Amino acid sequence: MSKRKVKESGGANGECISQVQKVLRERFCHHYATGKLFGIEHQYRHLLDLLKRTTVHGESNSALIIGSRGSGKTALLNHVLKELKEMKQVRENLLEVRLNGLLQTNDKVALKEITRQLNLENVVGDKVFGSFAENLAFLLEALRKGNRTSSCPVLFILDEFDLFVHHKNQTLLYNLFDISQSAQTPVTVIGLTCRQDILELLEKRVKSRFSHRQIYLMNSFDFKQYIRIFKEQLALPAEFPDESFAQKWNNNVQHLSEDKTVQDVLQNLFHYTKDLRSLHLLLMLAVSNVTVHHPLITASDLHEASKQYRVDSRANIVHEFQKFVQRKAHCMYNFEKPVVMKAFEHLIQLELVRPIERPNIRAQREYLLMKLLLDNTQIMDALQAYPNCPVDVKQWAASSLSWL
Amino acid sequence: MPNLEHPAYPAATLLQLESLVPCRESQVSLLLSIFGERQHFSFPSIFIYGHTSSGKTYVMQTLLSTLQLPHVFVNCMECFTSRLLLEEILTQLQSCSPETEQTSQVPCDTFNDFVRLFKQAVATQELRDQTLYIVLDRAEQLREMEANILPAFLRLQELTDRNVTVVLLSEIVWELFRPNTGCFEPFTLYFPDYSIGHLQKILSQNHPPEYSADFYSAYINILLGVFYMVCRDLKELQHLAALNFSKYCEPVARGEANERDSRKLWKNIEPHLKKAMQTVYLREISSSQWEHLQHDDGEPGQLKGLSAHTHVELPYYSKFLLIAAYLASYNPVRTDKRFFLKIYWTENILFLLLAILYSIVDNRVAPTANIFSQITSLVTLQLLSTVGHNDQLDGPRYKCTVSLDFIRAVAR
Repeated sequence: MSKRKVKESGGANGECISQVQKVLRERFCHHYATGKLFGIEHQYRHLLDLLKRTTVHGESNSALIIGSRGSGKTALLNHVLKELKEMKQVRENLLEVRLNGLLQTNDKVALKEITRQLNLENVVGDKVFGSFAENLAFLLEALRKGNRTSSCPVLFILDEFDLFVHHKNQTLLYNLFDISQSAQTPVTVIGLTCRQDILELLEKRVKSRFSHRQIYLMNSFDFKQYIRIFKEQLALPAEFPDESFAQKWNNNVQHLSEDKTVQDVLQNLFHYTKDLRSLHLLLMLAVSNVTVHHPLITASDLHEASKQYRVDSRANIVHEFQKFVQRKAHCMYNFEKPVVMKAFEHLIQLELVRPIERPNIRAQREYLLMKLLLDNTQIMDALQAYPNCPVDVKQWAASSLSWL
Repeated sequence: MPNLEHPAYPAATLLQLESLVPCRESQVSLLLSIFGERQHFSFPSIFIYGHTSSGKTYVMQTLLSTLQLPHVFVNCMECFTSRLLLEEILTQLQSCSPETEQTSQVPCDTFNDFVRLFKQAVATQELRDQTLYIVLDRAEQLREMEANILPAFLRLQELTDRNVTVVLLSEIVWELFRPNTGCFEPFTLYFPDYSIGHLQKILSQNHPPEYSADFYSAYINILLGVFYMVCRDLKELQHLAALNFSKYCEPVARGEANERDSRKLWKNIEPHLKKAMQTVYLREISSSQWEHLQHDDGEPGQLKGLSAHTHVELPYYSKFLLIAAYLASYNPVRTDKRFFLKIYWTENILFLLLAILYSIVDNRVAPTANIFSQITSLVTLQLLSTVGHNDQLDGPRYKCTVSLDFIRAVAR
């Protein structure tokens, strides 16, 4: 941008740009689980209804939210909870316990975590319980004490639900679903998982106590809606301090969404994956280039960002190593066998080739069968990109790989 | 070459940074723009990959320490279990905040505890406003730990709800890391190899003060000419450059040539470098042995290498046994009968071994206990291995486990 244009764009000073970066980076990197929802109104209503019945009417329930990675499961749940908490009754009474399969890797740890989140560590003290069920029952009973005739509803949220399935005897799941079936305390168990076959992983006794209520999230928007999502994600909110700049920014976003190059970039990404995380990654890369001298995102920024994102990683590594796959008969440079072996070992270390079976002392090392973990197109692409590739290597590759 | 420029950091610091990372300006520039200002959020996880000695570790360390960004640096090969790794991160975190005088060991068993302790540790004023970077070098080792460690690190920003970015450095590509059920995808960044021009520039920076920069550059040029075909690893080339420079300077030191006599210097150094390729490059001999050889300044003759065949001294009969075993193991059965006298032919491998042995040894050999004990010791040395069950009535079967080169060397 020329100096004159910078002056014209007015409020593009350091403070303003910093604010833009702050808002957008938080949106793309940190608050993705609380971002806007797109195209899942039906599932939203279903979940809202379910949770209302627990919190307001005291019904126990269980449900599984199933969707591939980045389809918005956590975001959906957080949105529903936010709306629910606008009701005073819910805000004051609802108890939340959030468990994650990555963190609570066995049932003992999970139980301690539940105790901690319910703030019942003092109440439990040093008590020793005979079984998991006893312990859990004690906790729920403890919640009931106090001046309430009915106890507060408890919401158990199990993230990475498919990891809990691998615990011994699925004790935690069994007990949680069990209490959600008995009418003692209003308890709802919500599991979030990316595995579509989650029901097959549940044991019979666990499965029978589960309500079989499943909410599927399937990224079912089409490309038109995808462009709209792009615009909404990139737009600055109305509360942005510098209004005139926000106006300019949003107009620019509108322009971008109509630009052919940008639409091509988005089309490519849309065909590769529909999930919004990849879109966020692309937008984050574009936003990171915004500076005082370059205050508005351009189509080329997005194009550059997409190139960065879609690079074939193995082709990068492979093209540096073409030389070492020469056979002795072809090479003009006479390398000793040990030197070639050293290079071959480096290939193994990079995991580009892998032995088919574990090497043992029975077989000689040089004669171990190997498997190449790349395909022909990757090798040919790498050779094209490789600077100063010797002609004989290229010819040899072309002749050997062409008939495959 | 783009100059590094960023509104959040003073120009002087950036200039210093630029001088410390030659030939890596574009990667550093990208990282700077991704990191953004100190208090801004960045990608929850970044995966940097590239060949060995492509500068990943060096650039990250230099970038974070020059700009004084709060960071924790751990090598996953050193801290190879999850407990060691998590405890090391928590210990280093203590020294990130200036309030603690002494660092103490923080016991941490599980990732659940780690998240709790981590949130406590970053609650200090220093760390609350800035992005904390956790750099895990040799990240491929994470795959060998418990299955939850890698996915949990990728999501650490979400799990702890704090401003933290995890950076993974590795030689292996991301596709080989991804767990089966998927995970939070990091931002991947590739560090390409240094080109020959880059290597020339970086290696020439280390010139010793006694000689001129041009002289050293010419030396590096020759070195790269010989070694670039086989080796682009900066560390190895630096090692080779240091080892061989004194030999290169010899003609000048002895007064036979001056600094600009390139032909003479080339003729002196070229055979030396070729020899280096076969020995020091392959680490057949140690650097001190190599330097010794240069001082002795003669034809080295039989270099005592590290590789097996020049080192193993076997007793007389053991050598023949080994050769016989090799022939028995790898010669096709038809030729066996042809080459060796029919009298000694038998199906049992052990006796086949002895049969071949008898044919190749000149004098008469009796199947004494001595021979059998030598067979057992060859098995202990793992030069032979047993095949088949222990309770086979015909006697144990053996197989030779060494290569033809070894056999040739033994046969000399």
